[in-house]
Amino acid sequence: MVERVRSMLVRFMPGLRSLLSRGPAGWMVFIGVLIVFSVMLMTLLGPWIAPYDPFTPSVGPLLSPPSSEFPFGTTRLGQDMLSRVLTGGSVMLQVAFLSALFCFAVGVPIGLFASYVGGKIDKSFSIVMDSIYAFPGLVLAIAIAAMLGRGVISMALAIAVVYIPSYFRIVRSQVLTIKELPYIAAAKATGARWYTILFVHILPNVIPSIVVVVTVNFADAILTAAGLTFVGLGVEVDVPDWGWDLTRGRQDLPSGAWWVITFPGLMIILLALGFTLIGEGLNELTSPKLRK
Amino acid sequence: MVLLEVEHLTIDYKTRKGIVRAVNDVSFSMEKGETLGLVGESGSGKSTLGLSLLRLIPFPGVITSGNIRLEEKDILSLRDKEMRSVRGSKVALVFQNPMTSLNPVKKIGEHFVEFLRTHKPHLSKKEALEHSKKILDELGIPDERINDYPHQFSGGMRQRIMIGLAITLNPSLVIADEPTTALDVIVQDKILDLLRDLSRTHNMGLILITHDLSIVLERCNKIFVMYAGHQVEYGKSKELYRNPKHPYTQGLLRSIPNIELADQRLSAIPGSPPDMLNVPTGCPFWPRCPDAMKICKIKVPPITSLGDGHVVKCFLYGGKEP
Repeated sequence: MVERVRSMLVRFMPGLRSLLSRGPAGWMVFIGVLIVFSVMLMTLLGPWIAPYDPFTPSVGPLLSPPSSEFPFGTTRLGQDMLSRVLTGGSVMLQVAFLSALFCFAVGVPIGLFASYVGGKIDKSFSIVMDSIYAFPGLVLAIAIAAMLGRGVISMALAIAVVYIPSYFRIVRSQVLTIKELPYIAAAKATGARWYTILFVHILPNVIPSIVVVVTVNFADAILTAAGLTFVGLGVEVDVPDWGWDLTRGRQDLPSGAWWVITFPGLMIILLALGFTLIGEGLNELTSPKLRK
Repeated sequence: MVLLEVEHLTIDYKTRKGIVRAVNDVSFSMEKGETLGLVGESGSGKSTLGLSLLRLIPFPGVITSGNIRLEEKDILSLRDKEMRSVRGSKVALVFQNPMTSLNPVKKIGEHFVEFLRTHKPHLSKKEALEHSKKILDELGIPDERINDYPHQFSGGMRQRIMIGLAITLNPSLVIADEPTTALDVIVQDKILDLLRDLSRTHNMGLILITHDLSIVLERCNKIFVMYAGHQVEYGKSKELYRNPKHPYTQGLLRSIPNIELADQRLSAIPGSPPDMLNVPTGCPFWPRCPDAMKICKIKVPPITSLGDGHVVKCFLYGGKEP
């Protein structure tokens, strides 16, 4: 069965051959990418394919269960749930990508630099990073988001602060091993400057592990973004967002309206699952220990 | 013309457990184009000595005294920036393990380009690649393989690439630190011959660091024997082979299989090299020395010249009387 699907896929996209021939990890990456891209495509095209405007109230009966006209039901204001699900991913995706970008831009250079220099600089950065790491992520993100105010950027920053230590740690652990390898000594013996050694010789060897962290943290960022929105620190009300739908749907859940939180919730889980699959799959593919 | 002069060089590793004197009052000199075999057991300080010529001694190591002059330039007083331009262009290093001395994510060509452009920033990538193809050619590696990654080469080929990198800028001195330890015997022979031939054609000085006296006897002009950081005996290869003076050198030579003396048993030097944190007082070799005298346990022997550049650090040849 799996074999038949594989040969069919490979026939259409020959580039997949090497990925899918690597066993379960290859499939995880493939399915993860498939999920993430479908969700991204859906969100991108959402405004055009949505049957109703996601904001217009009273397009149907208030809080009606799924029916043929409104497959995902309606909200308490009578907005179409399907339209809201189709368009509601944009904030989360923006936050996830932005926060990954911030994390990368801060965590990776600090990790590279501190661990290469070593000594007191490395120690003080490690202490700061470890103390952030020890803090419960969501609590810290809430505190920072509350300080920064609402908006996509401040959400992304709040999440970035929480995850920078993960980047720092993975980069640090890699650099500490790589910098002792003979090819680094060889580079030094050829008169290379410190930044050449750092960015030309060490960084490319660290990138595979960073890619894994990025994808795993995408999933975390999605969930944290949902959490932030849930406690009311998300974006303004006039943007459709799965997180908001969860927050407001909660009030209607006791009256039996399961559909208002089930569909946005499923979307969040699906997106997080997609990113996790990519991350875990890549992790298995890139770490030589697990390779057969 | 004198290429390299090392005078009374002493290098310490200041560890938590105490000071390890890895190189202890070592002096030698090399002419341009000369080959020197640096022989010693593991931990005798030969690698540290090699690295010190590039000022690349790893962290707790410090040069505590002595002088290193390369082409009349004092290496130890150079600023860091000047030192960096010496590395690779004047003095090049070939490492022990070719398997890990090349960056696994960089193509062979990139190694050359990176290296060439570090020292000649005006060089374009294309020119650098052209130049590296020429070098690979000289080493017998087809130039279409310039876009291959290190793992696609065999150990011997990788070591040839390392040697190619070392000679890229025509340095006046190449230091090869046990270049063949990781290779099999036949490849070892080829690599060593290649190094010797290159040093001849390019008129480069070559320091061959090894624990195997036999492989340098036939290939090097001079031999420098080290034991526990001390220079033990230093002289021309032929002289040293025919007429070894120091008991340690004699012991090393007796432990090499000799086809003319096939009926004799090979003899080994009894004992093992000292713990470098607790080197015996006096001559470090006395606990293993068949000719040890009372004075050997008290005083470090002076360096005695026997003429024609042959020097030995042993009381058997003088220095007993104050």
